[in-house]
Parts: sequence; structure tokens; C-alpha cells
Amino acid sequence: MRNTFVATLAELAERDPNIWLLCGDLGFSVLESFAAQFPDRFLNMGVAEQNMAGVAAGLALTGKTVFIYSIGNFPTLRCLEQLRNDVCYHGADVKIVSVGAGFAYGSQGYTHHAIEDVAVMSALPGIEVFVPADPAETRSIVRAIAASRRPSYLRLSRAGEPELSGEPLAGLHRPRWLRSPPADVCVLAAGPIAGACLEAARLLPGNISVASVPCLKPIDDGFVRRVAGQARLIVTVEEHILRGGLHAAVSALLAGERSRAPVVGLGIPEADKLSVAGDRDSLLASAGLGPQAIAERIEAALRAL
Amino acid sequence: MSNTPDINDFAKRIRAHALRMVHAVNASHIGSCLSMADILAVLHTEVLRLDPTDPANPDRDRFILSKGHATAILYAALAERGFFPVSELETYCRNGSALTGHVSHGVPGVEASTGSLGHGLPMAVGMAIGLRADGRKSRVVCLLSDGECDEGSNWEAILFAPHHKLDNLIAIVDFNKIQSFGRVTEVLNLDPLADKWRAFGWHVLELDGHDIGALRAAFAGIPAVAGKPTVIIAHTVKGRGVSFMEDRLEWHYKSPNVDQLAQALKEIGA
Repeated sequence: MRNTFVATLAELAERDPNIWLLCGDLGFSVLESFAAQFPDRFLNMGVAEQNMAGVAAGLALTGKTVFIYSIGNFPTLRCLEQLRNDVCYHGADVKIVSVGAGFAYGSQGYTHHAIEDVAVMSALPGIEVFVPADPAETRSIVRAIAASRRPSYLRLSRAGEPELSGEPLAGLHRPRWLRSPPADVCVLAAGPIAGACLEAARLLPGNISVASVPCLKPIDDGFVRRVAGQARLIVTVEEHILRGGLHAAVSALLAGERSRAPVVGLGIPEADKLSVAGDRDSLLASAGLGPQAIAERIEAALRAL
Repeated sequence: MSNTPDINDFAKRIRAHALRMVHAVNASHIGSCLSMADILAVLHTEVLRLDPTDPANPDRDRFILSKGHATAILYAALAERGFFPVSELETYCRNGSALTGHVSHGVPGVEASTGSLGHGLPMAVGMAIGLRADGRKSRVVCLLSDGECDEGSNWEAILFAPHHKLDNLIAIVDFNKIQSFGRVTEVLNLDPLADKWRAFGWHVLELDGHDIGALRAAFAGIPAVAGKPTVIIAHTVKGRGVSFMEDRLEWHYKSPNVDQLAQALKEIGA
């Protein structure tokens, strides 16, 4: 995903001389080609995220489209007030790109797990929030936000994510069906966890549809309402805590609807104990987000209907 | 400069505006306004290349007030400069006014909203990089308070700017020696402040921030060293120009009453 991001950005930067990339001294083996191709529009800001965000805002206010890149919590939480005041309040054309969504950094431990970032970033004014599920979505979204002239948050996983089956992305803010049109059970997923949802759907009998929801702000209201009116059960799945992510957005949207399917949220439990080592799959399994666990939780929810 | 208003007179007028503005709405930060009045007067009468009739001209100089709490006197300077009618200063901090108590880019002539300290200099650095990349002659001037030199974000920017040889960047520290809750030497000592900036690679000028001649000479000579950003450490007096406000912490918060306003206006000769 991160390689798709930077390759797409390089294609765009060839045509658009206003595109800049700033990194917080991270991106080894990922950003070198961009840096070599566009030395005048690449800045390694050092390990200084507050300055990176402020500089990005200032640079954007001179007419540039500025991407800032670092790991999970660093270009987001570490410099949150700069993003709020300098970037978003000024409507600066800055794209915050984080790599290592959820448990992508596995055994690196708690500091490197980005599990509250969507909630925090979604709270900022005027920002759009994107959580692509695969490289194809990443490519489309990077192209679109490079031209959007507004602040965006792009939450990337890491490397090696497979292309998922299903229809192509129809629009920047539109969900994408990965498996069948709306059915009895509709799984809405944000990010590469959608792959686990597809596996879970295959484990289950009956008609289970899966959609990737790559844009969490603004969420596609019409799509969610339509699905909620047709399905018997909606299950949201995300590599993030339930507070402030996909589940929260879908639930808030549907809260006032008279007739709609119930919404079950599957996400990462809020941290209350020491993080242990483990690769992404292992940590997801512990959080009940492996394919088997997702299937079992969907079955349990169906039984409870 | 034959066509610019007299600098001392400009300083006097913006001091008077600021005093009336904070008095009218019982606002804080008059001491912080008065310490930077002379700096603003020099900047706005003969340093900053700005055109109030073309405020978005890409070749303009940029000025960022990082000590955004002292905005009353910046609004006054912008009004005097012609960015909006002086009469609008009367709306400062009133319901529905664009003139908020911390500087707002909703006001004509204001480049950036600040108020949380430690934000202005990184933004100024970004502007300096962008303007240089575009080959523009514009300079970026950022005015900081001494208290906000406590913020780590500033030191990230102070480290960064010389590394990238941003000689189109000018920082000014309004070093009035009093921060929000006490004297700088007692809260978190900055001394030796000039040496710190020097050690980070800046060209450092130290002067009396109320000496119009020294300020003019300093700005006229920038960049004194090609490839280096410049910082002007301006030694100032909080509340400068009003005897009972000078060097007094409480005028970070208090607003002059009717009698005090009259006395203050008399003292500054307005």
C-alpha cells in the first residue's frame, strides 16, 4: 500500500509541479525514489512532527499541495494541534498520510499501533478521512485527493496487501461492493480488514455481502441508509477502536431511523493492558478480528436477532 | 521614505487604538500589545511590502503574528495601513465581529490565525520555503513572544530553518521579560537567548525594540548573511509608553478603566 501510494504520487508529481512530499525521517526503502526524482519537492523534516505539520500548512498557503508522511500516530496525534489550527482551520491543502494502520506494526508494540487515529482525525474541521482496503483503492484515492484542494487524512496499512475482488471504486466517497449486492447480512469494512471479512463471509452459509467503505468522512449517507433498509443485520468491521471510527459513523447516522437493521460493531478493544508481541494476524486474532472469529461473531449476532 | 507616515506617529496611533479597543471590551493583553508597538510601526511604515488594494498578491511579504494574543495592535496597524476601515476596530471582540481576541485570518491583511503559542514560526518556515521555490523575492517575518520560546515546536523550526538556508525568513522575539505567570527568568529562564539562536545557526541581531533607528537599520540590512535566517532579539518593555503598565505582569490581564485610559492616552501623547 505504501509503495502504491508513493508510486502514484510520483506519477502525479510528474504532471503537477506543485506537489510536495514531506516526511518525518521515516520511509526507508519507500520514499527514496520520489526523493531522487523530485529532490526540490521532497523534504525530510527530521524527527519533528509539529514542525512538519506547521511547515506543511505554510507551504500549502503559498499554493502547494503538500503530503506529509510518517508512521501511524506520529503525523496525527503528535502534531494534532498543528493539524487542527494550522492545517484544517486555514483549509490548507495538506494531505496527512500515515502508514501502519491498526496492528500493521505488530510486534513493535503499543506506541506503533494506530488504533484511535481515525476518531481523532475525523473530529477535525473540514478534513476528509480515507481508509483504503487495497492498493487499487489507494491509487484512486491518492489521485483524487491530490486534486481536492482540501485537507485529507489517508490511513495506509503497510506492504503486501492483496488486491481484493469486487467492483472498482466508483467515486471518491463511495463504498465499493466486494461481495454480492446488499443481502440479509451486510458487512461494512474499513481498510484491509475487509479481506478477513471476505474470508469470514465464505465460511458462513447464507447470503452475506461485504462492502469496503474507504471514505469515513464524509461517509456516504445514502448508501448506509439504503443498506440499513434492505438488510436484516449490518456488521461493521474495522482495525480501530469502535469509538469514533466506522461503527460510530454508521451508528450515529442510523440512530434516528425508525425501521432499520441493527448494527453490530467489531473492532479493536480499547487498550487496558500491556501490549504483547505478535504479528498483525496474531494481534487481530486476539482482538476477535480473525476470519474465523468474525464469522462466529456474525453467526452469534444472527442468532440473537 | 517620503511617502510613509511618520513612524513615531504611526506607533502612537496604534498604541492609542489598542488602548481604546481593550478598554471598550475589557480585554486582556494590552501590555503585550504595547511592547511590540514600535516594531509593528517600523514594519508597517517601511519594511513590509504589502498592498491593501491587492492583499493576495503572491509577491507580497508575509507577516505572521505568532504571539496571537497581542492582536489588538496588529488589527490597529492593518487598519491604519488601509486594509479595512479604522472604524471597524470598534468591533474588536464584540459579538459577530471578525476581529477575534486572538489573531484571525478572517481579517484582511492577516496571513495566519494563531493564539496557541509555538505555531507561527513553523508556518513561516513553510511559507519561506514555498516562496523561495517559486523564485519570489518575498520575505516572511514572524513575531514571537519570549514566553512562547518555551514551546518545543519553535525549537524544531529554529533547528530546521538554518539547515535549509532560509535567508528570506526573519524572526523577531519581543523580549519583554514577562510571560504569562511571571518573569521569564523565574518561570523558565531563556538566557542566554541570543546564544541559543546563534548556536542553532541563525544570524542574530540584538537591539532595543523601542529604538526606531536601530529597528530601521536592522531591517534595512537583512539578510546580512546570505544563506542564513535572521532573528532580531528585540529587548522591549511590557506596557511600554504607559508608566503604570510598564514592566508589570498584571497588564497581561487587566484592562484600563476610564481614568486609566485617559491617563494612558495622555502619556502616549494621543
